[in-house]
Amino acid sequence: MSATPARSLQRLSFYVLLALLTWIFVAPLLWMLSTSLKTNPDATRQPPSWIPHPVTTEAYVPLVSMESETPVLLWFFNSLVAATANALLVVATSVLAAYALARLEFAGRRVLFGLIIGTLFIPTFVFLIPNFLIVSSLGWLDSLWALIVPGAGSAFGVFFMRQFFATLPRELEDAALLEGANQWQIFLRIILPLSRPGIATLSVLSFLTNYNDFIWPVYVLFSPRNFTLPPGLSILQGAYTTNYPVIMAGGVVASIPAILLFILAQRHVIEGVSRSGLKG
Amino acid sequence: MDTQAPIRRAGRATPYLFLAPYLVLFGVFVVLPGLYGLWISLHDWDFLLPRKPWVGLRNYQNLFSPESRDFGDFWQSMKATGLFTLFSVPFLVVVPLTVALLLNREFPGRTFFRAVFFAPYVLGVAVVGVLWRFLLDPNIGLINNMLSASFPWTTDLPWAWVSLVGMTVWWTLGFNAIIFLAGLQDISRELYDAAKVDGANRWQQFLHVTLPGLKPVLLLVLTMTILGSANMFGQSYLVTRGAPANETRTAIMFIADTGLRTFRMGNAAAMSYVLALALLVVSAFNFRLLRHEDM
Repeated sequence: MSATPARSLQRLSFYVLLALLTWIFVAPLLWMLSTSLKTNPDATRQPPSWIPHPVTTEAYVPLVSMESETPVLLWFFNSLVAATANALLVVATSVLAAYALARLEFAGRRVLFGLIIGTLFIPTFVFLIPNFLIVSSLGWLDSLWALIVPGAGSAFGVFFMRQFFATLPRELEDAALLEGANQWQIFLRIILPLSRPGIATLSVLSFLTNYNDFIWPVYVLFSPRNFTLPPGLSILQGAYTTNYPVIMAGGVVASIPAILLFILAQRHVIEGVSRSGLKG
Repeated sequence: MDTQAPIRRAGRATPYLFLAPYLVLFGVFVVLPGLYGLWISLHDWDFLLPRKPWVGLRNYQNLFSPESRDFGDFWQSMKATGLFTLFSVPFLVVVPLTVALLLNREFPGRTFFRAVFFAPYVLGVAVVGVLWRFLLDPNIGLINNMLSASFPWTTDLPWAWVSLVGMTVWWTLGFNAIIFLAGLQDISRELYDAAKVDGANRWQQFLHVTLPGLKPVLLLVLTMTILGSANMFGQSYLVTRGAPANETRTAIMFIADTGLRTFRMGNAAAMSYVLALALLVVSAFNFRLLRHEDM
């Protein structure tokens, strides 16, 4: 098993390249964390140091106060509520619709599926102005409803779940049908339990999409107390232009749920992305 | 045939009941806005005023007549979007493909590296934006420090473009890389073996096996990336703030400002459709181009 010198050199350069790439990907995130644990003078000291000196959590203090102009903890809570509610709605409506599109015969099935898929190729901003007006007439401006409901009719969700259902064998339902089960029972007792991985993936992807959405909340939420984290971070940047530890602390807080969720569901998320991308 | 009978006996309404919740949301927040937006674009639609007079195609004509109020700003923003797309797409396709080729080898820790490269993508543009604004700060940013230089990353050209493209590659690389990786793994090993038997070197294998095998994936990634780049908003909004002199203010940013900040929604709606039409043309062209080479 002894490798030739040329081969080990090649292997070495491969690992050096990987290490370099990894550093490029991780360093900015470490810098964000490190800065958030610094005092403001330490954050701008030249030359910059990777280790905070002293280590302090003082940058996190203005973030947790509910009376503050920039109540990051409140935004964090708003973000979690909006993204969770939205993900639940997306999953519920997508799973039901996708089941009909994947397994039931009905007039207009192909046309409807084509229409839904077609909207995947329409840039979302086309709907920015009219959606704002619709949400406004529903009385949802400046409230979390504006973040929860409009994005819940997700073409991606339907497409993704339909692809998933299509991989389940037909024989399962045939047997149940012979025993007299109706479509609803088949859906609940056979299809849903088998679709847990797909449902988990869609939940995570929907949560992250909503949690990270920027342009829409920036324009439909007005009062700081109703903000979610993305517009909140942008005003945090405005309010603390020269206090980088506070801004970076806000970034760290906002990253935690996304990173945690990613670590927990990493395999599913990556699998889901490659699968949904490929079958497009 | 036996098993078909019970399906037909199921209530005719059943499929529609399954579809109903989705269709209500899809109708109200996707189909309706699509049509409503067109209607708005045909009016002088100020959100704050009671009267919204019909103006026909005037909002569209204005976008093409140099003496109108929006002409200069709109095309400036379209140019910014076009430039960003032009600069970013090659990197957003080639760099992830390179990373995917690296990760396609068998080596210990592959899953770990896959996760590392994907990780920034799960962060939102807001986090990525404030982080890079700090890293790229011309005076106290880490980047200038490491380079012992004082490049105006966020305030001058061409540096602002380099910053916006660079941070976007860092942020989204993992997404395209994962799709490429899945595509690479679908290419049959036998094709490579056959190429090796024919004496093809690595580069020739890449050209004659990998690239043709990746064509459908490449088409998908290219189209999605162009659409994504044309939607660019958060990076400019948070990092360069359109600087210098609105040179990096993208079309989305200008449309959102026109419609949702100054409430001239008719004009903004017309701009949305012009931009959407431009994108449809580009996507159609993409498909045609890559399909043709298949023949």
